[in-house]
Amino acid sequence: MAYVPLADQDHEQELHHPHSWVEKYVWSQDHKVIAIQYGGTAVLVGLVALVLSLLMRMQLGFPETFDLIDPNAYYQSVTMHGMIMVVYMLTALLLGGFGNYMIPLMIGARDMVFPFLNMLSFWFYLLSVLILLASFFVGGGPTGAGWTLYPPQTSMAGTPGHDMGIVLMLVSLAVFIVAFTMGGLNYVTTILQYRTRGMTLMRLPLTVWGIFVATVLGLFAFPALLVSAIMMMFDTLLGTSFFMPAIIESGTPMDYEGGSPILFQHLFWFFGHPEVYIVALPAFGLVSDVLSTHARKNIFGYRMMVWAIIAIGGLSFIVWAHHMYVSGMNPYFGFFFATTTLIIAVPTALKVYNWVLTLWEGDIRLNAPMYFAIGFIFTFIHGGLTGLFLGNVVIDLPLSDTYFVVAHFHMVMGVSPVLVIFAAIYHWFPKVSGRMYHEGLAKAHFWITFLGTYAIYLPMHYLGFLGVPRRYYAIGETDFIPASAQTLNESITIAALIVGAAQLIFIFNILWSLRNGAKADPNPWGSASLEWQTPDTPPVHGNWGDKLPTVYRWAYDYSVPGAKSDFIPQNMAEEDVEMEDSAAKGA
Amino acid sequence: MSLFKQITDKPWERKGIIGGLKPEGTFKSPAERVALNFFLVAASIVFSLFGVSYYIRMELPDWLPIAEPTSLWFNTGLLVLSSVLFQWARNVVGNGGSKNVKLAFFGGGVFAILFIAAQLQTWEELQLAGVYLSSNPAADFYFLLTGLHAIHIAGGLYVWIKCVFRMVTGAEAKEQRLSIELCTVYWHFLLVVWLVIFAVVANT
Repeated sequence: MAYVPLADQDHEQELHHPHSWVEKYVWSQDHKVIAIQYGGTAVLVGLVALVLSLLMRMQLGFPETFDLIDPNAYYQSVTMHGMIMVVYMLTALLLGGFGNYMIPLMIGARDMVFPFLNMLSFWFYLLSVLILLASFFVGGGPTGAGWTLYPPQTSMAGTPGHDMGIVLMLVSLAVFIVAFTMGGLNYVTTILQYRTRGMTLMRLPLTVWGIFVATVLGLFAFPALLVSAIMMMFDTLLGTSFFMPAIIESGTPMDYEGGSPILFQHLFWFFGHPEVYIVALPAFGLVSDVLSTHARKNIFGYRMMVWAIIAIGGLSFIVWAHHMYVSGMNPYFGFFFATTTLIIAVPTALKVYNWVLTLWEGDIRLNAPMYFAIGFIFTFIHGGLTGLFLGNVVIDLPLSDTYFVVAHFHMVMGVSPVLVIFAAIYHWFPKVSGRMYHEGLAKAHFWITFLGTYAIYLPMHYLGFLGVPRRYYAIGETDFIPASAQTLNESITIAALIVGAAQLIFIFNILWSLRNGAKADPNPWGSASLEWQTPDTPPVHGNWGDKLPTVYRWAYDYSVPGAKSDFIPQNMAEEDVEMEDSAAKGA
Repeated sequence: MSLFKQITDKPWERKGIIGGLKPEGTFKSPAERVALNFFLVAASIVFSLFGVSYYIRMELPDWLPIAEPTSLWFNTGLLVLSSVLFQWARNVVGNGGSKNVKLAFFGGGVFAILFIAAQLQTWEELQLAGVYLSSNPAADFYFLLTGLHAIHIAGGLYVWIKCVFRMVTGAEAKEQRLSIELCTVYWHFLLVVWLVIFAVVANT
């Protein structure tokens, strides 16, 4: 049977045409609307998590002054903040939001391969968010087991939310995984099958590469979370003992015996570590494109960047036990996981060098997206370097479960991807909305967020060295922590409140600019990649009008010697490129 | 262009519709097949991780192996028949024919339904024999793995029913070639998964 060549079908890519407002904006099958639904939901739920973190900071900074939360609420806030930020905010925003918006536009397709599945993916995601948030309103409240949900304490009476809270969390995660799988199958298939004429794999913008590999990681890593969630649900609801050991609760033996809590940890981190890269790789891709565009230079070492993304993706599956050094393991295992962890620094460092070399002698335009992108390089280097400390077993043991770890992962996978998200939102806002954002407000947002980030997390490294443990509601009096540590905690809290408040500038800027921003050019940054070459801004349903674009070059033809314009769009044929007279004469 | 050639290409040196590059996407498979392949890998990982958990949990002292019921051999026979019938439908339609395709395809699904029913029957038997969920970890895994496997078959049956419905309402078998092919691949996958589960349960 002859299958119709996919990229050669301007009209054959069947589109679901909406007939009503509801079909267009609610039950939409258009990737752009779904992207905005995903992104909006992720930002809203992220704000909930942000508020939770501020509540925690108020408690830590001023334990006597504010009596907002009790120890139980503190643990619940820790848990929900972590899980929401990692899974429901970052993963959903980067893959569901940016993945959905960017993939079809960047590869020259009209939509995703399976638009209906794509729509289902969002609604399942929304359902998972609602189930998660519902746990705030059930008896006992949400689970307070920490985002890692380690048994046995998840199911024990001392842990808040040990009855309904944990069940809702597990159900929500399972629904999220279903949603992700539906979306993920769509992303990978679309990238492989719906590329337009001439769009070879090595002509894909790095954003698409990052999203592609991250999605593959998600498809292969989320099963581990699903497996552990299912078994834990059985333990909690049906009385099995997969993970629950024989244990005594308040003097009474519980109805469990023989389960292995360590098994859960292995399964959880077999998901948990790739999850770091599920969040990081799309961010790597997005930031590469932002840097290259605003530096007016081709990305340095494109091929290496692609291979590094693939290598990081592969390696991320064999480092998981570095989260478990203190759980106890055969020393040779520790050696193995420390080695693989340090090896993963090689492709990662390579990417950092290439970003810096992209800036080198570039015609840098310091727009707000560029501020955030360069800010990301700083925070990512700092977070990455502390990772080298924690990757080594002997250094990790004393630092484990201190604020050093909190500082490390917030810098590397909290702040860094978030800065990229801001860079990307400002960068693509003109295409998505057809309007420009307010540059001054965006830069104010950057400086407060960037400097505030350092005011929050740098002192935390020091607290970690002092041995201040993480996850404690209040430190109290100890022999080894000086009273001055509390002063640091106060300053961290003040910085956190300021940074938290500064995000209102961002939200105001976006909402205000949607109505009142100056009309945007179709391609205000002079970007070469395909999404900026759509006939309409914002792109309409079907993206490309009558004819799909044809791609003649890679996405990074900036400042090409001899060319009149300082960028050549991907869909411009060689004969259409205007050359400078002298260059033409020389030729 | 091979995949290796593709990812070692130097994009900055190649302009224009590059030499020898056909206009179509690199991978000629239909999108549905690509998606199914990714799904099969993800599903394999789910079952493999349960398998790993099984062996790790087995080492702990409270593990009591269950005597696998002999009816599992009969159940396996049903699933093998189901796969064989799907393969038959696929072979015929793959060679451009249509004789007996609907019958074989329909039969394949029916045997899969019978398999699920028979598995449920085996659950009953086990429970009568005192082996039930939470009685001991080996039993827990047995119910979990067989249940999960049955859910995967049920998912396949959803696609099968849609395809049967199209055939009943007049679609030619040939037009359903892709659905038939993908169902067959999926059924073979689930047969292999079942054989592995059976082997693991029988040998531990």
